[in-house]
Amino acid sequence: MSDVAYEAVIGLEIHVQLSTRTKMFCGCELGFGEPPNTRTCEVCLGLPGALPVANAEAIHFGLMIGLALDCDLAPRSIFHRKNYFYPDLPKGYQISQYDEPLCRGGKLGDVRIHRVHLEEDAAKLIHLGTSGRLHGSEASIVDFNRGGTPLAEIVTEPDLRSAEDAGEWLRLLRTTLRRLGVSDVNMEEGSLRCDANISIRPAGTHELGTKTELKNMNSFRFIERGIRAEIARQEALLRAGEPVVQETLHFDPRTEAITSLRSKEEAHDYRYFPEPDLTPVGITDAMLERARAAMPELPAARAERFERELGLPADGARLLAWRTELGDYFEAALADDGDDAPEPQALANWLNELVARIETDDPAESQVQPRALASLAAMVAGKRVTQNAAKQVLDRLVAEGGDPAAIVEAEGLGAIGAGDELEPVVQQALDANPDVVAKLSAGDMKPIGVIVGHVMRETRGRADGGAVTRIVRQKLGL
Amino acid sequence: MIDREQVLHVARLARLSLSDDEVQQMAGELSKVLGHIEKIAELDLDGVPPTSHVVEVPNALRPDEPRPSLPRDVVLAAAPAVADGGFLVPSPQAG
Repeated sequence: MSDVAYEAVIGLEIHVQLSTRTKMFCGCELGFGEPPNTRTCEVCLGLPGALPVANAEAIHFGLMIGLALDCDLAPRSIFHRKNYFYPDLPKGYQISQYDEPLCRGGKLGDVRIHRVHLEEDAAKLIHLGTSGRLHGSEASIVDFNRGGTPLAEIVTEPDLRSAEDAGEWLRLLRTTLRRLGVSDVNMEEGSLRCDANISIRPAGTHELGTKTELKNMNSFRFIERGIRAEIARQEALLRAGEPVVQETLHFDPRTEAITSLRSKEEAHDYRYFPEPDLTPVGITDAMLERARAAMPELPAARAERFERELGLPADGARLLAWRTELGDYFEAALADDGDDAPEPQALANWLNELVARIETDDPAESQVQPRALASLAAMVAGKRVTQNAAKQVLDRLVAEGGDPAAIVEAEGLGAIGAGDELEPVVQQALDANPDVVAKLSAGDMKPIGVIVGHVMRETRGRADGGAVTRIVRQKLGL
Repeated sequence: MIDREQVLHVARLARLSLSDDEVQQMAGELSKVLGHIEKIAELDLDGVPPTSHVVEVPNALRPDEPRPSLPRDVVLAAAPAVADGGFLVPSPQAG
C-alpha cells in the first residue's frame, strides 16, 4: 500500500469582487480603506423593511464573465437566501444564487467551469486584542463597508491535478478577469479570493476520494503552498491507513499548519429559499448585445494571435498573453517602429531576460522603456553588440534606465567583429594555451571553448563567438 | 411530524434558546405547517414550474449610481456596544 502513487484532484471556488461603483443591492458607494461603517445604509445593514434592488452593472459584469468563460447564460435566473448566523451577516442570510444561477457550464483553458453566480459579500470583522487572530481574542468589531459588495462566484469542475496547475490556471483566470475590466483582482486586498476542494486517489483510478475544502487563501504563493501541504497531509493519512475526513480547513502560511475551521454538521444547513424581495433576472437581447460588445481580446485569443501573426511558439505565446502586463509591454516594444523593428522571438527572449532582473511583476514599472528593450534586441540582431555584452547593457538599463546605444558607446561595449581589433586577442589566447592548440590542430575541436572563453574574458564579452572560431580556423589552417 | 430533536436543531441554527414548554409547543405548530404543505403536495403538479416569486416581474434593476450612505453616528446609534467606529461583538469562535 505504501508504494502506491497518488494523484490529486482539485477544484477551485473563486470569489471575485466586481468593480462596480455601488453595492450589489443598494446605492452605497464601494471603496477600500474608508473609515469603518461610513458606506452603509438600511439595505446593507439589514434593517427591517429595507428593499434590495439588484445592480444592473453587476449583472452586466456577470454576463461578461459568462461569455469569457464560454458558459451557458441562463435566460432566467433568481436569487436565493442562504441562511446562517455570523456577525458579518446582518440579515442572518446572504443573498446568493442557488439552483438557478446566472451561468452554467463553460471552460477556460483546460479546466471546465461548473457555474458562475452572483451574490453579496459579507462585512469585515476586525479582531481586537493582542493576537488579532480569530482564535483567542475576545472581541471584534464589525465594519459593514464591505457588506453587500457584488461578488461573482466562479466554481470549476475538479479538473486540476497539482498545486502548480492550480496556480497557473488561477493566473489565467485573473488575467482574463483583468482584461474584462470587471474586477481589480487584487488578492492582497481581497478582491480575488480562492477556496480549493482537494482530494487524492491512486494514480490511474477514477473514483474520487473524500475531499476537504481549503479556505480563503489570499496569494498565489499561499494557494500553491496550501494545496501542496494539504495533498501531503492526505497522502500521509492514507499511507498510515487512516481515512480523510470531509471538513473545512485553514492553512496558516507562516507555520504551514492546516487546522479544521468549523464543524461541517451545521455549516451546510443553509435552508436556501427564493429571495422574495428581488425579482428574477431575465436576460434580454439588449443585455446580451451590450455584454458582447464590451468583450475585449482575451488572453487565450491573444496567445493564439501571437502564435499566428508573430510566429511565437505556443508556450512562449501563452507566457506573454497570460500575463497582461507582459503582453502589453511586449506589444508596446514591438510597436516601436524605429530604424530596425525587433524580431518577435528575439524580443520575447529579451523580455524574459528583463523580467528575471526586476523585482516587480510589471516590466512597465521598471527603468527600462519598451523602446529601449526593442532597440537592444535590434542591436543584437544587427550584431552591433554581442549577446553577452547586451546582458551587461541590460543590467545597466535595469539599474538606471537610459538608451542602450548610448550605454554601448559610453562603456565601449560595441561588438568586436572579425577586424584588426579581434585578431591580436585571439592570437594571445592561442599563445596562452599551447595544449589546446595541439588538440585543435589534431582535429579535436572540442576544446575551442577554452579559446573563445579566453577571448570573451579579455574583451568583456564583446567578441562574437562565431568570429573568434573563424579566426582560430584561419590561423591554424583548419 | 416534527420531533423534539428537529425543533432543537432548527432553534440552534436560528440561535434561539427555547424552554421545554416552547419546544413542545413549536413541535406541534411546525408539524401543522408541514401537514399543510403535505396537503398541497397531494395535488398533481407535474409540468407546473415551481413558483419562486408570486409576481413575475423580471428585471427590476437599479442603475449603478451612488446614493448617499447613512452618517456613521446614525448607523451606530442602535448598536448595543461600539468600539473604533465599529459594532462591538464577541469574537466568533470557530467550530
